[in-house]
Amino acid sequence: MESEKIKKIEENEEMEIAEVPEEHEEKKREVAVPGDVIAKGANFLPGEGARREGSEIIAERFGLVTYEDRLVKIIPLSGAYMPRRGNVVIGIVKDTTYNGWLININATTRAFLPITEAKSFVSKQEEPSSIYAIGDMLVLKIKSAKLKGIDLTMADRGLHRLEGGMTIEINSNKVPRVIGKLGSMVNMIKTETNCNITVGQNGIIWIGGEKIEDELLAKEAIMMIAEHSASGGLTEKVEAFLKKRKSKEK
Amino acid sequence: MAYTKRVDGRKANETREIIAKVGVIPRADGSAMFAFGDTIAIAAVYGPRQLHPQFLQNPERGILRCYYDMMSFSVTERKKPGPSRRSNEISMVTTKALESALHLENFPNNVVDVFIQITQANAGTRCAGINAASMALAHAGIPMKELVGAVSVGQIGGNVVVDLIKEEEDYEEDGEKMATDIPVAIQLKSKKISLLQLDGKVKPAELKKAIEMAREACEKIHEAQVKALKEVKE
Repeated sequence: MESEKIKKIEENEEMEIAEVPEEHEEKKREVAVPGDVIAKGANFLPGEGARREGSEIIAERFGLVTYEDRLVKIIPLSGAYMPRRGNVVIGIVKDTTYNGWLININATTRAFLPITEAKSFVSKQEEPSSIYAIGDMLVLKIKSAKLKGIDLTMADRGLHRLEGGMTIEINSNKVPRVIGKLGSMVNMIKTETNCNITVGQNGIIWIGGEKIEDELLAKEAIMMIAEHSASGGLTEKVEAFLKKRKSKEK
Repeated sequence: MAYTKRVDGRKANETREIIAKVGVIPRADGSAMFAFGDTIAIAAVYGPRQLHPQFLQNPERGILRCYYDMMSFSVTERKKPGPSRRSNEISMVTTKALESALHLENFPNNVVDVFIQITQANAGTRCAGINAASMALAHAGIPMKELVGAVSVGQIGGNVVVDLIKEEEDYEEDGEKMATDIPVAIQLKSKKISLLQLDGKVKPAELKKAIEMAREACEKIHEAQVKALKEVKE
């Protein structure tokens, strides 16, 4: 009964993968370097990572040029994690203060989790360090991201302290590839390796499985995606890789 | 006798062979290598990251910190490793040459560190360093207005030449120093000059010609930089 269910899910997964083409196969995007003219004429508007100079739109970052209607923007290929409101991230507790925790989420500014956002009820005797200690890893949501600091929250579903498993780090710009369209990539890795995976938008990924071998296999697959993020047909490649490795073990 | 034929047989407006590579240091956020013939520079970029100690932070914008050094085996006479008067000055002019091409106003209290190492030197090291650093900054995903290119031009006995080698820099006639070395850095879209140094004597007309030749040479450097960056794509 149980195995049938899994089989069905797998079939569905494959359907989904077959239906949704890889982003890169739709149309090849060009790489731009800072100072490149990426569009000409008053018809275009400069988006993120671009500026207007007279009638030209000029790239300000190293990345892939994308056109969305009239908007021309750059999808960066590298660089530090830029926090956005609503992002789910994984962070590590660096310090405790009297009213909350300082958390490292790999952003360029410090992030703060106030105690009121961590627990619905806090008694006066309770100190932040008795709830989360230095070194704890948490799944958090970004409540607000401003130039001078990031406010975090844990008051939402699925936000919790991580226990067991392992965390790995990749560049945050490659996270969309690891997740895949509608989560197709990460779901496939989850079912193939029997692991729980939480992908933080900041590039920190938590893997938890029953066996350490499973976790390591999932890690290898994710590292493979990060390394070959520019090539097309990745979901199929990773699936083939995982199936091959599993058959070898047997 | 005027210096009409160059020691290595190049034309007056010809640079040495340019080699540019991006992503040479895997652990850095961005890295690049740039070579003018025998002169090889590598650059690594780390950041933007929080700057410590805190009193150095600028709450209005991020700061750029360049560190230039020559490796001890890069020159014929062993160079004592570590900062010196010369390398401190070059670190400073490199910082100023690159700073105006960057957009760091979205990174208050942060620092972008650039480490430039010269692995092999045959004159023009600061220019090779700036070229490598500019590519490494772009590779690290730092918002930039444009790339920066640099080349040294010079005047030897009245003749203006591009990309001097050490032998030309030390060119003498009857015990008199004949060569003038002028490193120039140019921002490659707006064509603004962000570094102009001069070591020796030069006439105004020669200086104008030298800058014109530097602009031409920088076009070639820009091509190499763009090509190297577009090849990485990871």
